[in-house]
Amino acid sequence: MAVKDYIRERFFPHIWCPGCGHGIVMNSLLRALDDLGMSKNEIVMVSGIGCSARISGYLDFHTLHTLHGRALAFATGVKMSRPELNLIVPMGDGDALAIGGNHFIHAARRNIDLTAIVMNNRIYGMTGGQYSPLSGYGTMATTAPYTNIDHAFDTVELATAAGASFVARSTTYHVQQLTKIINQAILHEGFSVVEVLTQCPTYFGRKNRVGGAVEMMEAYKKNTTSIGSKAKKENPDLIERGIFVQKELPEYCDEYDKVIERAKATLPKE
Amino acid sequence: MKKENIKFIQGNEACVEGALYAGLDFFAGYPITPSTEIAELLSYRLPQKGGKFIQMEDEIASMCAIIGASLTGSKVMTATSGPGFSLMQEALGYAVMAEIPCVVVDVQRGGPSTGIPTHVSQGDVNQARWGTHGDHAIVTITASNHQDVFKTTVDAFNISETYRTPVILLYDEVVGHMRERLVVPKKGELPLVQRLRTSVKEGVDYHPYLPREDGRLPMSDFGAVHRYNVTGLFHDMWGFPSDNPDIVHGLLRHLVDKIQNNVNEITRYREYHLKDADIVLVSYGSSARSANHVVVSRRSRGEKLGILELQTLWPFPYDLIREKCANAKYVVVVEMNMGQIMEEVRKAVDRPEKVFLANRIDGSFITPTDIRSILRLIQGKGV
Repeated sequence: MAVKDYIRERFFPHIWCPGCGHGIVMNSLLRALDDLGMSKNEIVMVSGIGCSARISGYLDFHTLHTLHGRALAFATGVKMSRPELNLIVPMGDGDALAIGGNHFIHAARRNIDLTAIVMNNRIYGMTGGQYSPLSGYGTMATTAPYTNIDHAFDTVELATAAGASFVARSTTYHVQQLTKIINQAILHEGFSVVEVLTQCPTYFGRKNRVGGAVEMMEAYKKNTTSIGSKAKKENPDLIERGIFVQKELPEYCDEYDKVIERAKATLPKE
Repeated sequence: MKKENIKFIQGNEACVEGALYAGLDFFAGYPITPSTEIAELLSYRLPQKGGKFIQMEDEIASMCAIIGASLTGSKVMTATSGPGFSLMQEALGYAVMAEIPCVVVDVQRGGPSTGIPTHVSQGDVNQARWGTHGDHAIVTITASNHQDVFKTTVDAFNISETYRTPVILLYDEVVGHMRERLVVPKKGELPLVQRLRTSVKEGVDYHPYLPREDGRLPMSDFGAVHRYNVTGLFHDMWGFPSDNPDIVHGLLRHLVDKIQNNVNEITRYREYHLKDADIVLVSYGSSARSANHVVVSRRSRGEKLGILELQTLWPFPYDLIREKCANAKYVVVVEMNMGQIMEEVRKAVDRPEKVFLANRIDGSFITPTDIRSILRLIQGKGV
């Protein structure tokens, strides 16, 4: 199947700004799905609110565009009722980790089989450039005119600590690696988190004077490295890319099937 | 009547029995007094029939999870009380906008805020109507006794499937925790409405938000052959976001009209001794029990009292109130809040000045004595 068979062409052009990284993430996701050869009817995409959340409308799956921060909670309901479906949940950094932070850690704790893609552009883009929980100390935003004093989460550490059984990170520059990681995340049975560093030249880029899309993507190349690389040892400030956690743990819906078995055993024999 | 079909249980348990009878498949909830028994009992009963129960991280997540589950074709419910109901309001509006069948139980306690968790109130009547933002219509039903709790719970599922709308079951702490007899109806005794699914075949364009001539919208389960978009934004017939003024106008009218145009079908009530009544008591939920007691005792003394017990609170049955109170000298609304239904009754009748309030707002159950003292004041008989 060609990648274009996965999109709803009638709803294009998309709303993303020129240079936005979200289209690259969407492209990478579709190539990962194409490699897996899944039927479109088996895929449910649930998103929240924000630039990232608009992905769901453009793709020809069962798509659920929900409330700000709540995508994982909606997805939990879909997955529990129909565990055979594949759930993909693209989220922005504010969507996933500010307003949706509670749902994020609890979905990780349950190890329910959802694939969470956190598209981290370090800013609230749709509302025009306010600081997010991943903007980081010292950055500029429309709500941090005197520089930001909020410290950022490390998405990978947060997801790992919360119990996610698959945790990875890549960037829009490393699109081949990103495709492979998303592919692995979807295959993984359990809660998977893929953090993607994706550029917002319109707001983060302009506010922080880090250049346009090209310069921001070059920065991803320059400032990141593979997990445990020699470069990381020499320069601890580099951000690591790759799969940090990949372990087999009991999946939530499988465990609930056992609950059903135990519950049925309490019924009198007919 | 089989012995095992007669139960002596709490109202919360009667609600669970009704939900299971209606075919509940999925429940998500969060513990909160005085509704917790519903979650506890369903965590035990649902998996026995292959259904699913999940305790979410909060009430926001619970409301979202049932909406997600409903989209796959499941019959779904959550249960909460005031503070949790407040948290659910945004997602409740989503279910209104995206037209997702679901049932939300609010067993009312005293508010605002944490309020008085273990005591009774009927203070969430207007929250049920207007808790979520924006113009919308909503269905809210209640009951005063366990047989009716069972029946209104079944009704709630039927209405939610018929009109593709969330339905709020607004019980109160007294009904929720009081124990009395319930006779569980036999299978088939109460009608059950199943989800209306589309007959559009695979490969043919399915329009999830294009109403049929009768206004109903056949659904397609997530995971079935039709792939479509669901959103809380104003949307076109494909479910895709739109800010076209005609589409926005048309959708909002559709959302309101599908409920308001069917007030008569949705209205449920009981009436006793209304025909010749000079004084009509209007009540609902547990306070209707005390009101009914007053009517029975006064009737035995030859006084012409009657009671209209409302079960459907929203959409408010204005025509019914106007008709039933037309010949009354006084209308006394008995409720445990500061007159939330009384205000609606005043809007409905020809002379609003004949409408009085008999209420309690102190967390105590309103007794027949409370109502009688207010009646004496209204009738000019002193305290």
